[in-house]
Amino acid sequence: MNDHSLIIIGGGPAGMAAALAAKKAGIDDLLILERDSRLGGILNQCIHNGFGLHTFKEELTGPEYAERYANMIKQEQIPYELNTMVLSVECLKDSNKKAITVISSKRGVQTIYAKAVVLAMGCRERPRGALNIPGYRPQGVYTAGTAQKLINLEGANIGKEVVILGSGDIGLIMARRMTLEGAHVAAVAELMPYSSGLKRNIVQCLDDYNIPLLLSHTVVDIKGKEKLEGVYIAKVDKNLQPIEETKEYYPCDTLLLSCGLIPENELSVDGGVEIDPRTNGAYVDESLETSVEGVFSCGNVLHVHDLVDFVSEESARAGESAARYILNGKKPIKETIEIKTGNGVRYTVPYKINVDSADELTHIRFRVSGVYKNTSIVIKSGEKELMRKKSMILVPSEMVDLVLKKSKLEEADEAITIFIEEASQ
Amino acid sequence: MIKELTCICCPMGCSLKAEVNEKGEVVSVKGNNCVRGENYAKTELTAPVRIVTTTVIARSGEPVPVKTEKAVAKDKIFDVVNNIKSVKIDLPVKMGDVIIENVSDTGVNVVSTRSVE
Repeated sequence: MNDHSLIIIGGGPAGMAAALAAKKAGIDDLLILERDSRLGGILNQCIHNGFGLHTFKEELTGPEYAERYANMIKQEQIPYELNTMVLSVECLKDSNKKAITVISSKRGVQTIYAKAVVLAMGCRERPRGALNIPGYRPQGVYTAGTAQKLINLEGANIGKEVVILGSGDIGLIMARRMTLEGAHVAAVAELMPYSSGLKRNIVQCLDDYNIPLLLSHTVVDIKGKEKLEGVYIAKVDKNLQPIEETKEYYPCDTLLLSCGLIPENELSVDGGVEIDPRTNGAYVDESLETSVEGVFSCGNVLHVHDLVDFVSEESARAGESAARYILNGKKPIKETIEIKTGNGVRYTVPYKINVDSADELTHIRFRVSGVYKNTSIVIKSGEKELMRKKSMILVPSEMVDLVLKKSKLEEADEAITIFIEEASQ
Repeated sequence: MIKELTCICCPMGCSLKAEVNEKGEVVSVKGNNCVRGENYAKTELTAPVRIVTTTVIARSGEPVPVKTEKAVAKDKIFDVVNNIKSVKIDLPVKMGDVIIENVSDTGVNVVSTRSVE
């Protein structure tokens, strides 16, 4: 009973989509391990709408998106264990099996085995400790997602006068949420000269409620010893250094931090999976297989997404790849092409492609490093141009999804480079 | 009168300048790069609507996420939220169950977005 074909770590949108795809591809002996008390992951606390336009062709809230997937899991009779924490994943040298050590009240501490593993643990928020804000550690400072969980899942009331640092989508969503809960949001301060959140969220969460977005501003000091009393916000210069004379005091009882998300890869690292420092996620090939054979990665643990629809699509591919590995064994690797990043491209997932085993269509996902208007996305192999796509606008907050045909990949005879070509003027 | 707004149809986020006459009709839109911007300005300036999402606290203390089934007039948002806050519900509820009919006379129902036991 402790030996399975496939184990999926994480029962959020990534894990559920991977499980459904693997089941569809013929894997019956699979198991989802989820540390929370329900399936759905972070979607459960994202009660706002805007999910599912690609997947379901309608606009759903987070809990609805999660419940639809959870219902499919139940319908397909895919086994899952809740309140179960994975402690380690290890690849056994002699058999190539994966040993997964778990802890739960049902099992105690146990090691279970699988031929393949899908890593779908999601991501977590960058905490205050990583932000270098001076001051005491008073009560009233939360990451935006923690505040979201307290309000939406626990019905808590966390504060009345709010400042938000960072304009990530969760911060923007929480600005509106706190306002609807009766709080006053004084400002959202963003260090960069552009927001890292979606335009639609800036309009519908800030502009609708007259909440100012202070670009090129940051929190430079926190006042209050036991309880938060206020924060100092200052403008920053071109080098992102605070300008002392612009310091302004905002009295508040709540400071929310929305300063980026980090894939949660401690398990992967311990299991020998190599991590790409650009994404903090695993290095994967076109099948989403990591550097450890038979271990696949998808969703926010691979790279942070802005749309759950993209997570579901990507994770389904990871589930299919895992199924193929279980049924057919290791794929033959003849020719591997590396993907290099050129002007304006921060990273790509995958970072390499095995041309022979690639599907008819290969997805290459990436983010740009700045705002680019009226440019072209170009893929080249040496001097040979494989693809060119015009783009009116590219922004760091929106992931780009390029689909490359196998016939194009076969034309490449050396590493390919993806870059943004700016109009020459 | 000229009204300024940001288009949300794509990440371009065009800054739109719309001319509105005395009747509140949009006469012209400038600053948009495509037709979607013009349509957005027209709806947004004549009858802006939003889907409202929040939670209802069940008698057991558990929050139940809810939404308006359709978008409601933007100026009704706080009215709708206050109405939702004032109701008490009993569990269980299923996803899609109507929590409030015709909330704040908008003609729109408030429905549960999660099944809660």
